[in-house]
Amino acid sequence: MSTVTQSILYLDGVSVSFDGFKALRSLSLTLEPGEMRAIIGPNGAGKTTMMDVITGKTRCDEGDVLFDKGSVDLTRFDEAAIAEIGIGRKFQKPTVFESHTVADNVLLALKGDRGPFSALFGARNRIAAETIDRYLTIVRLIDHRARLAGDLSHGQKQWLEIAMLLAQDPKLLLIDEPVAGMTDAETEATADLLKEINKDHSVIVVEHDMGFVRALGCRVTCLHEGSVLAEGSIDAVAGNERVVEVYLGR
Amino acid sequence: MITARFIRLMEGRGLLFLAIVAAVGVLIPACNLLIPPGSPLHISTGTMVLIGKYLCYAMFAIALDLVWGYCGILSLGHGAFFALGGYAMGMYLMRQIGSRGVYGNPILPDFMVFLNYKELPITWWGFQHFPYAMLMVLLVPGLLAFVFGWLAFRSRVTGVYLSIITQAMTYALWLSFFRNDMGFGGNNGLTDFKDILGFNVQAQGTRAGLFVATCVALILTFVIARLIVASTYGKVLVSIRDAESRTRFLGYRVEHHKLLVWVVSAMMAGVAGALYVPQVGIINPSEFHPANSIEAVVWVAIGGRGTLVGAALGAVVVNYLKTIFTSGWLAAYWLFALGGLFVLVTLAMPKGLIGVWEDVRSRLKSRKAVADSKAASGQAPT
Repeated sequence: MSTVTQSILYLDGVSVSFDGFKALRSLSLTLEPGEMRAIIGPNGAGKTTMMDVITGKTRCDEGDVLFDKGSVDLTRFDEAAIAEIGIGRKFQKPTVFESHTVADNVLLALKGDRGPFSALFGARNRIAAETIDRYLTIVRLIDHRARLAGDLSHGQKQWLEIAMLLAQDPKLLLIDEPVAGMTDAETEATADLLKEINKDHSVIVVEHDMGFVRALGCRVTCLHEGSVLAEGSIDAVAGNERVVEVYLGR
Repeated sequence: MITARFIRLMEGRGLLFLAIVAAVGVLIPACNLLIPPGSPLHISTGTMVLIGKYLCYAMFAIALDLVWGYCGILSLGHGAFFALGGYAMGMYLMRQIGSRGVYGNPILPDFMVFLNYKELPITWWGFQHFPYAMLMVLLVPGLLAFVFGWLAFRSRVTGVYLSIITQAMTYALWLSFFRNDMGFGGNNGLTDFKDILGFNVQAQGTRAGLFVATCVALILTFVIARLIVASTYGKVLVSIRDAESRTRFLGYRVEHHKLLVWVVSAMMAGVAGALYVPQVGIINPSEFHPANSIEAVVWVAIGGRGTLVGAALGAVVVNYLKTIFTSGWLAAYWLFALGGLFVLVTLAMPKGLIGVWEDVRSRLKSRKAVADSKAASGQAPT
């Protein structure tokens, strides 16, 4: 790879099409180490497809997807390998292991050997409760550690999934619509939580809630029809004529 | 310390199950061998063999529950592993016949002489040695499961598609074992067994010994399965069952985890088949029939999926019903009864027989708690 970059994530000219529908058209985006970035855009703008490409779920037709200062070509790995490399992903619909307890959800997510024999006889059976509790404290679920994850409220499941991401100890977190279906108080708490997480991790957040994006106080990228429409501070992007046009319809 | 840990890992109902199997393993052979025929406590050899057969099915059901109940892999071809284990045992038993066969050939089994075989096919080599045959009981199903699972799980074949190809696997084996030129006795299969480890297979004492061996194997199967599901690996399996892509995005190689439990389960099914064959005295291609595998799935569903004990219970209960049904004028309606039972259980008790038992227990417990608190409040004034 001839491209030299200092970015944690570097997307250049990425295109993906499904049966002729172009989900991404030559998308380019870079994220600096330690940065938090909010991605906005109307439905079908390509936000989720972009995450699928980064996490190895979807292969791109062309373009470069580089990670960690250009040292890793993400297009060559699958989901499990990319998770090991250090990219954690939270889904739009909260997906936690409903028939496990809250603590077990974190236990399974913790960084470490993920082979079947390690899980059967090895290290994963000897993880200290304090390690798990540390993550549950961060997301304020410590009082719920023994409950089944399926019994949690929608907002609590979102937080549990964030705790699972943190337990993976990734360099980059991709967070898809973290405050969908949350109350105002929960939304506010989530913004604080993400800012806290951003102190040690690079973060990409996809979100529709403009109040929430504003509370994050980070750079914003607006996608439209598979490529970048505008990028900058929230005020600059929200004031951009074309962004307004796209959101309100012509 | 180790005992306490073991008790915790087995769970209450698991301990009850182990105690029952152990008691059955001691009492039934004792009632058969020590109590004279005439006495009401005597258990006939025929009954003992029948129960031994049910216990082999129970082992098979536990193996199936391990992959279906805990990892969500609905195998509609697990009977193939059971039958392969059975064939490996059958081949050992055939070679023990020696020159006592109808044709008196010291090396070749009767069907080979009949089909004009000049020498023993390579697949039969070594089967006169018991340890080798037992190794094959584990390795043949294990190897087939490994190859099949490696290809299927790596290509991410899941859900009904996987079920269909497991069905195709057992169907293909069913057809090929029917063929005489496969060298496994064609549609007659392997039978007329004489000795196992030097003991007459038909003798009452040998039958009792096989019964005890079946109980021991069932106990071991259950303990291994329970240790697997109680470990973190068991939790990973359940995670795969409930949210496969989530597990993958956490960095787990889902295909490796599935493959391990799949191979272990196939080996357990193989052992069950190997214990089944000397007790029923025959193994033929009908054991590969897809209907057998589907019936086993019904046992697990009726007993209670994802509970291990429920799977074993379902196997015994359904097969007992089958024995009753198919021995009289009701025989023609057995498949309707089985289908009806399956529909009924799915609709009325989705957690199976074990689920009903747990419900009753928790209801009794809460009623007792209410009664206790009433008694306590009634006593308070005095």
